[in-house]
Amino acid sequence: MRNYLRALGAVIWKDLAAEMRSRELLSAMLVFALLVLFIFNFALELNVKDRLSVTSGVLWVTFVFAGTIGLNRSLAIEKDRGCLDGLLLAPVDRTAIYFGKAVANFLFIMVVAAIVLPVYSILYNTNLFAQPGLLLVIVLGAEGYVAVGTLLAAMAVQTRTRDMLLPILLFPVVLPVLVAAVKASSGYLQGLPMAEIQPWINLLLVYDVVFTAISFMVFEYVVEE
Amino acid sequence: MTDAPLIEVDHLIKRFGPKVVLRNLDFQARGGEFVALMGPNGAGKTTFLRILSSLSGPTMGRVRIAGHELPRQAAAVRRRLGVVSHMPLLYGDLTAEENLRFYGRMYDIARIDEQISTILDLVGLAGRRRDLVRTFSRGMQQRLAIGRAVLHDPDVLLLDEPHTGLDQDACEMLDAVLRQVAARGRTVVMTSHDLSRVEDLATRFDVLTRGSIRASIGKADMPRDGLLAFYRQSLEKARAESQKGGQ
Repeated sequence: MRNYLRALGAVIWKDLAAEMRSRELLSAMLVFALLVLFIFNFALELNVKDRLSVTSGVLWVTFVFAGTIGLNRSLAIEKDRGCLDGLLLAPVDRTAIYFGKAVANFLFIMVVAAIVLPVYSILYNTNLFAQPGLLLVIVLGAEGYVAVGTLLAAMAVQTRTRDMLLPILLFPVVLPVLVAAVKASSGYLQGLPMAEIQPWINLLLVYDVVFTAISFMVFEYVVEE
Repeated sequence: MTDAPLIEVDHLIKRFGPKVVLRNLDFQARGGEFVALMGPNGAGKTTFLRILSSLSGPTMGRVRIAGHELPRQAAAVRRRLGVVSHMPLLYGDLTAEENLRFYGRMYDIARIDEQISTILDLVGLAGRRRDLVRTFSRGMQQRLAIGRAVLHDPDVLLLDEPHTGLDQDACEMLDAVLRQVAARGRTVVMTSHDLSRVEDLATRFDVLTRGSIRASIGKADMPRDGLLAFYRQSLEKARAESQKGGQ
């Protein structure tokens, strides 16, 4: 267990340290996320009432699109420099590599969320920080998205068409988490009673647990030649 | 050199779909041997090294390294292996020291600081330890790659065309590092197209063509006309045998 945690920590540290230097992944995700926000803002020209109903949809579309860029880059960096082989040659449980990459990807999405949420609040004149429950939904939604996304990115990166393949593989699988996250976020923003929001939170929790477990079980086969 | 084989490969077959890349390949290497694996492009050298390094599984046959069976006991084998390919397997946005520290943690190396200093001295990069790897020349990256591969003091070092893309000076520096590694009694298996270079380094020369080892010779038994002549004769003989056998 000690070795497992050491390897897990090493992969997370390596991804964060490399990203701190290059800012390659975060800057691409952030620029893309902010562009999506601006485009939606000017394209929809919503009144105050409509804003509340579409806010969560716009927010999650932004996260999902920006997240796909991050997931693709995160695994492509390993593949292009041959480092994926370096990781696979290490005498560690391969799920430690998966969880290391997944945790790093989750942290990158959280950084993007930390910058996108205030910008969104200003642009759309909606205080997204008024509901702490919304932050919980973002954490749960991002966890489910990253759990599946990291696995599928590891699969897609082995192919020549990885940039196209990842969204094609990922979006259908991640649809339940996206629907649940949008509904739960929307519920919090519109002040709906907890009884109406709870089923969506439960769906997010179940999705997170099930897909994290599936990814844990199949990652080794995905990266094997 | 020890008598017990450290690497044992029997009747290895590797298929990718209908294509047979390795056919009934037999190979052995004893402790302390430096084996040069030569062969034309597409002969299966890289595939063979990927199987030895546990990155790819055999379709059929038996592969044992240091008494451990592949792919069943891959984790135990990985601990005893160092691998260098034509890609450095290093992170450009980390320093030389950080790269070694990362791999040190993956291999659970005790006294990692000491070991990093020893390795950086060995590969002649002690003065560049805090520089980002992306600022290194190709030769420096390849030397650091060897440092990464021997960081955990493996019994077996596998090198897949490590001289690719290096200039003359870089090749000589790389060879000096390889000689030091071999002098420590490690078993080295290296694929290369550069016969003049491997002739100096290796103690045994195997010719891999059409998916199997067709000829093997020790340095002491090398004919007077040298490695190039031996290599050409081996290829010619393999071609004739294949035509005769209708392969």
